[in-house]
Amino acid sequence: MADPNKVDPIHQFAITDIISFGEDGFSFSNSSLFMVLTVGAICLYLLLSTTGRSIIPSRAQALSEMLYEFVANMVRDSAGMEGMKFFPFVFSLFMFVLVANLFGMFPFFFTVTSHIIVTFALAILVFLTVIVYGFWRNGPKFLKLFVPAGVPAYVLPIVVPIEIVSFLSRPISLSVRLFANILAGHITLKVFAGFIVTLGSLGFLGWIGAILPLIMTVAITALEFLVAVLQAYVFAVLTSMYINDAIHPSH
Amino acid sequence: MAGNTTKIIIVAQAEGEAASGAEETHDAIVVEGEHAPAEGEAHAATEAHAEVFPPFDPAGFGGQLFWLAVTFATLYLVMSRVALPRIGGILETRRTRIEGDLKEAERLRIETDRALAAYEDALAEARKNAHAIAEETRSSIKADIDNKRKSVEADLAQRVAEAEARIQQTKTAALSNVDAIAAETARELVAKLAGKVTAQQARSAVALVVKE
Repeated sequence: MADPNKVDPIHQFAITDIISFGEDGFSFSNSSLFMVLTVGAICLYLLLSTTGRSIIPSRAQALSEMLYEFVANMVRDSAGMEGMKFFPFVFSLFMFVLVANLFGMFPFFFTVTSHIIVTFALAILVFLTVIVYGFWRNGPKFLKLFVPAGVPAYVLPIVVPIEIVSFLSRPISLSVRLFANILAGHITLKVFAGFIVTLGSLGFLGWIGAILPLIMTVAITALEFLVAVLQAYVFAVLTSMYINDAIHPSH
Repeated sequence: MAGNTTKIIIVAQAEGEAASGAEETHDAIVVEGEHAPAEGEAHAATEAHAEVFPPFDPAGFGGQLFWLAVTFATLYLVMSRVALPRIGGILETRRTRIEGDLKEAERLRIETDRALAAYEDALAEARKNAHAIAEETRSSIKADIDNKRKSVEADLAQRVAEAEARIQQTKTAALSNVDAIAAETARELVAKLAGKVTAQQARSAVALVVKE
């Protein structure tokens, strides 16, 4: 990165091993480090802020309670009281994605959710949870999910395949939405920030010209914070809605 | 999406430094982009490690999945076993506390209402009693006064009657004396003027005058 004219927006996504356990690929990389940091930060915050168990909460405890109630209401609204058994799952997903996204906003931090394999793994986890629980709870009636109630029989040959395809594409849309948002945001940010350096190396006029990408960088940074929170929310809301499908398959 | 990723990959590749293996790398990426990752995994991992767009580099998949599983399972366990029950417990405690307080407040309010109603009842009762007592006292006093007045009046009437009787008596007595005095006076007068008159003559003469 020493050469100011060579901006590499992809470098930030590179995975480098920190501790290698040989060739099998299970080595502890920067990605693993930030997963551990993410989980560690969440656990530490939630546990430390609630040690007092105060009736009148401190600020830290109030934030933990707000997060709890926010996700709890989300799950309850989408999936009903029965969906609350999945509340720890949705809460873990929400917190993991949220904190991983926000960690990604720190310079030189690795963004765990910028890798499709991570978001895809989380999405598949949701998908499998829905399928397994859906069949376990409803048996074959779970397949009613693909037959919307109140649709005339002659439309069903068209509707059912659409429903099946949309159901099967859920893990893809869920994972790609998160991954692409984070990835694109980080690349854009890096490219605009790179413009500042490149223009700055051209001399005085370059510095003046660099003001525009600087403004853009600031604006995009703000936007990225919004996206980081929003995507965590979207991920959790969609998970809640999919879980609702598992509980109440007949729309 | 496939079109997009391919573009990004090409950008990545252009940014890369290894020019010698460009052809082969490109092939490897295309293979990876178009087929399932499992098929191109070995190929890409061995030959195109450095140039592949990192998020699509299958070489990192295993490690990431492994550590994601470990960390997410840890997170889930800590959340479901410790953190969330604790926060839920705090919220539940607060809710029951608030409900208890509200219930207590409601109970106290009802008690206050009852006490107020009892007080008002007592007040009304006392007022009624006071009224009754006042009425009774007033009527008893009035009866007393009436009685006294009646007895006084009776007494007075009796005294008046007695006095009148006495006056009458005195008057008749006086009147009867008047005749005697007049006769005596007339006899004395006549005797002085015209000589002796008998008492009998004088009395008849007075009676004649009184008759006129």
